[in-house]
Amino acid sequence: MTIQFNDESFRDDYTFHNSDWAIKRFPFPFHEDSYMYSVNMEQHRGGPKGSVYEMRFDVDEHYVSEMKDRALVLDEDPLRCQSLPHMTLAGWDLLELIMVSKSEDYPDLFELHRNGNQWRWINKPMGIDHSFTFMDETTLPYGPMEYITRQAQGDFAVLDQRDEMLWMDAGMVTTQADWSLDFDIGMNFFEWHAPVPKAHEMGIFQRALKFLLNIQQGAPARRLNWTMTVNPLLDTSPENYHEWGIQKTTLTPENLSQKQHLRVELQTFFRLPRSNALVFPIRCYLCNFQDLMTVPKWGRRLHRVIRDLPEELATYKGFIDNRPMMLDYLSQFDDGLPTSPGIWPDLETEPPLSK
Amino acid sequence: MSKFEFPKSIASRPVWGTLEVRPGEHHLIIAEAEGAQAVLDIATPGMMAVTHIIYIPRHTDHSARLRALNPAQFYEGPSYAAALQRIRRVLEDAHMGLQVYLTGTEGMMGQAMNEAMAVGIPHTAIQTEHRGAIGRRMQCVHCKGITEDVEVDPFVCAHCGLNLFVRDHYSRRLAAYQGVRVDAEDHGNVPEPRGIYE
Repeated sequence: MTIQFNDESFRDDYTFHNSDWAIKRFPFPFHEDSYMYSVNMEQHRGGPKGSVYEMRFDVDEHYVSEMKDRALVLDEDPLRCQSLPHMTLAGWDLLELIMVSKSEDYPDLFELHRNGNQWRWINKPMGIDHSFTFMDETTLPYGPMEYITRQAQGDFAVLDQRDEMLWMDAGMVTTQADWSLDFDIGMNFFEWHAPVPKAHEMGIFQRALKFLLNIQQGAPARRLNWTMTVNPLLDTSPENYHEWGIQKTTLTPENLSQKQHLRVELQTFFRLPRSNALVFPIRCYLCNFQDLMTVPKWGRRLHRVIRDLPEELATYKGFIDNRPMMLDYLSQFDDGLPTSPGIWPDLETEPPLSK
Repeated sequence: MSKFEFPKSIASRPVWGTLEVRPGEHHLIIAEAEGAQAVLDIATPGMMAVTHIIYIPRHTDHSARLRALNPAQFYEGPSYAAALQRIRRVLEDAHMGLQVYLTGTEGMMGQAMNEAMAVGIPHTAIQTEHRGAIGRRMQCVHCKGITEDVEVDPFVCAHCGLNLFVRDHYSRRLAAYQGVRVDAEDHGNVPEPRGIYE
């Protein structure tokens, strides 16, 4: 398998784009025609060939450009990557997990050669060939967590586990859905989720915590989450919200299909062996409405989900003002036909749009 | 004097308690402004014989009444910042069996709690009682600057000048609530400020 890496931007001129391959494998987050919070966890043990579920850490056509964008964010604001002092061991665990997984899952792109603690890491897409001593920080240009997450798509929250609780004690966060690692670092599971409406009362977080505390080594889990973003802006941070917030008002009926993106997080959860920490990669996938509408099932379903979403959730996800314009566009792609269960596009079996 | 009842809020917002004397070999009390009254409410001669009071008056004067309790040590500092080095020294010297009591504004209690946690005292073992002003210590999420004693929403960041709305989301590590630009999606449209709890 060879991936053609896009040369594209996630800011300013926004040249980000999805190929047909990327659209077909987009992790559409709605398994039915409506949405409400749930503890929608499943085992992360592969998935259909070519899907974003297949590998432990999915690599796609956006990899190289996303890593350039991350480096830009970190140059502007180094506080996006932080690790409390007791989390260094977890950082080494994470480095090992990603290097081993990527070199096994993508042997044509990544190589890891280990001789005791003398390791050689080759990252061909990024042009890195680096020999270092495992567990010796002085042989890396950054701390272990920062080093490896500058080479892995998605945000990473590294959670310490103690007193039957998870603590957000380290992370690399540059592609976030409007939350601040710098503000939330050190918080427990309930505290950093405090601003989420409704889910606390529904008992979602109590059940999710119970599930996560019991994740075992070698048995990772996953779920999808979603929100909306105007323009393919990866770094929708609260830190820069005073600058990007205004972009939400640039939507018009003419440009909506290209500018409005469904933003999906593939969240996975891995137990780390030495530290017993839990790593929580949050991988962001963006797809504009126009490209989503090329899949008839997704067109029908997205219209129904957005139309019926409770106001509180549309407000929390930040698109309440733009919802009427979004529905005007999406309704063209809903002919009222039933949809097949599950998230997959089902292009061979679902009927084309009949209106 | 009546106490302000903070409305019920989200899970990250701290909940302040009511001081009570707990058995301990030593007691450290940090009282700010009207917090002095909470100390007067619980003080006993036995407790005071092994108590260090750090008092930050901030335009109040309960000094004479606190001194009259005959604490083992009494210090009056003109501001929290001025008292900080002493607070750190006392906490560094702390032994097992030290009881910590914090009373005054949310901003002071939050900051002093961090100092106590830094020497290994779990935050759940520290007693607190809110007294006096209800202003908040706010961090601007954009420039990271702290604005103290914010009583209205929205308010102007003392550092970058943006108009920020007051969130209930609270960071124990920063001892601050989060402030976010209120007119980010409609520049210049800043609502009239109102009291945070109005």
